[in-house]
Parts: sequence; C-alpha cells; structure tokens
Amino acid sequence: MKPFVLSSAQLRAAEIAFWLVLAASYFLMPNHLTLLSQIMVFGLFAVALDMALGYAGILTVGHAAFFGAGAYTAGLLAKHGWGEPLSGLLAALAVAGMLGYALSYLVVRGADLTRLMITIGVCMLLAELVNRLSSITGGTDGLQGMEVWPVLGLFAFDLFGKTAFIYTFVMVLLMFLLVRLVLRSPFGLALRGIHDNRKRMSAIGSPVEARLRMAYAFSAAVAGVAGALLAQSTQFVGIESIGFNRSAEILIILVLGGTGRLYGGLIGAIIYMLVHDWFADLNPEYWMFWLGIFLIAVVMLGRGGVMGALARRVRLQEKAR
Amino acid sequence: MGIVIFDGVAYGMLLFLMAVGLSITMGLMNFVNLAHGSFAVVGGYTAAVLMSQTGMGYAAALGAAFVAAALLGAVLEFVFYRRLYRAHPLDQVLLSIGMVFVSIAALTYFFGPTMLPFHLPPALQGQFSVAGMELSRYRMFLIVCGVLVLAVLLLVLGRTRYGAMVRAAVDNQRVAGGTGIHVQRLFFLTFSLGCGLAGLGGALSLGMLGLEPSFPLKYLVYFLIVVCVGGAGTITGPFIAALLVGIVDVAGKYYLPEAGAFLIYVFMIVMLLLRPNGIVPRKGLT
Repeated sequence: MKPFVLSSAQLRAAEIAFWLVLAASYFLMPNHLTLLSQIMVFGLFAVALDMALGYAGILTVGHAAFFGAGAYTAGLLAKHGWGEPLSGLLAALAVAGMLGYALSYLVVRGADLTRLMITIGVCMLLAELVNRLSSITGGTDGLQGMEVWPVLGLFAFDLFGKTAFIYTFVMVLLMFLLVRLVLRSPFGLALRGIHDNRKRMSAIGSPVEARLRMAYAFSAAVAGVAGALLAQSTQFVGIESIGFNRSAEILIILVLGGTGRLYGGLIGAIIYMLVHDWFADLNPEYWMFWLGIFLIAVVMLGRGGVMGALARRVRLQEKAR
Repeated sequence: MGIVIFDGVAYGMLLFLMAVGLSITMGLMNFVNLAHGSFAVVGGYTAAVLMSQTGMGYAAALGAAFVAAALLGAVLEFVFYRRLYRAHPLDQVLLSIGMVFVSIAALTYFFGPTMLPFHLPPALQGQFSVAGMELSRYRMFLIVCGVLVLAVLLLVLGRTRYGAMVRAAVDNQRVAGGTGIHVQRLFFLTFSLGCGLAGLGGALSLGMLGLEPSFPLKYLVYFLIVVCVGGAGTITGPFIAALLVGIVDVAGKYYLPEAGAFLIYVFMIVMLLLRPNGIVPRKGLT
C-alpha cells in the first residue's frame, strides 16, 4: 500500500483537529461526561509514563505511585479545608515531582531488572502505607469528604460533570502542551539520543544520568497532576489509584496507543476506556482474561500500538531545503 | 525468638523453592519473567485437586505438582518465551503480565476466587518439642525439603556436565555457544526445571500460605526481592536472600505488626543500595 504523505502543516491541522474533536465530545456525548473526563485523565497519565518509558527508556511498572501521590495530595488538601483546585494541582505537581526526583536516584543507577524491582517495590510500599494509615487516607474505603471549591471562584463542580469536563480538558491540554514543548526542546532531543544510544551520548558530553533523573521527576510530576485531576473531578480518591494494578493498566494503555509517540497515550486511553466501558457488564475475570490475551498478542505480533500502525501508513513530507 | 526464626526459615525455604527457577532464568537469558508465580499456583492447584479428587497421597501429589508445572513451563517456553530472549525487557514484562492475568482469570473461572480446601496428611500435623520449643512438624518438613533441594541443585550444577554447561552459559552466553553448547536447548531444560521447582514450592506452601488465583501478583514482589537481593543467576544468593526475607518478614509481623509489610521493602531498598548486584553477584559483574 502506498504511504499517505502528510505535510507538516497538515500534521499541525491534524493535531488541532484531534483536540477539537475531543472538545466537541462535550456536545456529542453529553451523557458520558464523567467517562470522557476520566479518559482525558488517563490519557495524561499515559503521556507522563511515556516520558519515562518511551522517551527516557526507564523500565517502570510502578508509576501509579506518583498518580496516587498526586491524588492523595489534592484529596487531603480539599478534605482539610483548602479546596482551591488550581493550587491543589500545583501542590500535587510539587509533591509527586519531589517524590519522583528523590526516587530517581534509586531508579536511574540500576540495570533494567533493578529498576523494575524498585519501581514495583515503591509502588507497593506506598499502597501499603495508604492502606495502613486508614485514619488519614480512609484506607480501603477510599478518601471521602473532599470539598473542592469552584474553579477560579466562578465555576462550581456540578452533578453532571460539566465543569469537571471543561476543567479537565483545559488542564490536560495545558499539561500536554507543556510536555510537547519539553520533548521538543534540546532536553527532549537529548533524551531521545540517550534512548537510542546511551554510550554515544555520554561520549559527546551529555550528562546522561542527570538528564534521566530530570525526565523521571518531570514524568512523575505530570502523573501527579493527572492523579489530582481525577481526585478533584470525582471528589473521591480510591485506594486502587496507587496500586500495582493501576500501574499495569496504564502500561497497557500506553502500549495499546504506542510508546515513544506523543499521542500514543491519549489514543490508547480513548480506545481502552471506551472498550472497558462497553464491556463494563462483563465479569471482571473475563475482562482480565482478554486483557492478558491482548498483551500476549501485542508482544507476539509486533509492537508499536495504534500510533505505530499509523506511522507505517502515513509518511511525513520531507522539508524542502 | 527461636520460634520466630524457625518460622521465618520455613517461610524462607518456600520463597527459595519458588524463586530459584526465576533466578536461573534471569541469569541465563536475562529474561524478566513476572509470571513465575503462576507456575507455583499451577503446581499448588494440581496437588490440591489431585489430593481431594483422587485421594492421592501428599508425596505423590508433590511429584505431580512438579511434573505439571514443568510441563506447562516447557510448553510455554516453546510457544512464547523462546521468541523473546533478545527482545526489549518491556516486551518480556508485557508478555509475562499478560500470562499472569490469563492465569488468574482461568483459575478463578474453574476453581472460584477463594482458596482451595487442603488438609495436611496426619504425619505432618501436630508439633514436636526441641530444647523447650514446640515446633510444627509441617514447617520442619518444609525446611528439610528446602535444604534437600538446595543440596541437589548445588550437586547438579557443581558436579555434572549439565551443570557445567549452565554455569558456562550464565557466565558468558556467546562464548558458551561458541564452544558447541546448545544454549537454546539448555535454557529449555533449565526453564522447565525452574518452573517445576516453583510448582513444587506451590504445592508445599498449601498448608502455610494458602493458594488463591491472585497469588502470582501478591507474591510477585517477594520473588523479585529474593532474586534481586540474592543475585540473579546464582543458587546460593537466592537461598540466603530467601532466608533473610523470610525471617525479616515473620519477625516484622510478630514484633511490629503495625509496621507490617514495610520492613520487607525497607530491607530490599537498603540491600539494593548496599549491594546493587546482589549478595552473591554472578561472575563477570562488577
């Protein structure tokens, strides 16, 4: 099949169209606003994971630690009298980012197996912590009693999720643009270089470990914002937002969309959440079974996800020199 | 104090049995197999079902558990694992998480989400007293089994031709292949053996841990801790690590119940900081 050639102007138009369609879903699917908000939150989370996994090449199966840390930060703030949403997001960003930076010293130095181990270990450690401190976090019942104030003092969160959708959409778009900017900066190019050839990058004088630490911390911070968005828009934090299963789920979403590609996480989240919603009546064991089969199939039949398949069909036009 | 160490050692023996296969496969082929716990569960279920349905004895059921898990491992190695030795670790992680999910779903579908009923044979019930301590016969049996398996493994790996080939391949796979060792067949055998040992461990653990379908996820971290802290690719490393983990975990639950599972993670992080390549690092790693 002849590849479909796309000029860079058309690519930009496609990007804008993607976000317009996402915004238009507010009018197209008015009864599913909560689901749509969740899709965007998970999309942002997957984009955050992609920074660490796809771009920096750090094998991690414990990113829910940061998602959960952000969610509990925003949730606890709102529960104990500071329900201002934007500063809650900033607090979540700071907490998750600092946690990520502290952990990055452990994560970056090891080999793949050690990294995997430490990320899983920390994630489970935090989940256990949340479970034990049930007087503060609500334990397995989840954190209840959050009071989130109106956004900018004007738009109160309503029962139908209208404000939540718009708030989530704007925040996810802003964070996504930030990630896009960072990944296209010299820093992002350095990450790409490290991912492709680590030895050569250190040979040309790039501080490999410091770059990876920054990428990991930044990825953690964005994941924290995603967690905080979910907490604020649903006014609830469940214990499942921090465990291993959430980490595996987001990994599946990212792989479904395609790793190392800016839109992979978002596309993966849209497909995964919609399919999950359609089969919501299904017994959870069946869901797990098909998820497992899907994972095995993805690995055996080749990687790249949806974006990878698209990239094989669509070529970018070479820039005229 | 003595009883805590005794229980910890018994628990550590189970962890050793279930994790030693993982250590070898990780050392031999650098394969990150998160599905190793699934083989333990398969072994445990085989033993429990055989004992309750056909009235098979415990010893025979242990053998059957070994065979069932080893056969399953052999089939999966042939169909899936073999193709991914040189793949990116992410692919290996995804494949094995997929297998864990499928195994949980399948076992829940066939046997329900709860633990299977299991009764220890009369010979292993009750206690006996040594130096004023009442020790459980079953736990003593676990310790004996663990030491036996360790001895057999050390003998096989240290004294036989097969063991020499495995050690060569762990140290340097390419050179081993160059001297005419059929590394792929070697790995096939070793993988099946490791899975069989995991199955044996699963069957032995029936009376202590209780097997349920979600076991592979619940104990995944423990296996990985044992392998990582001990040193992938060795036998004695995971043995020492498993005993330490068992004692730390049991002591933590006994003396500091509110700290619970934390102790084990803190232990892991400290150990990995002190010895990033494990207690017994394999040759060639500095």
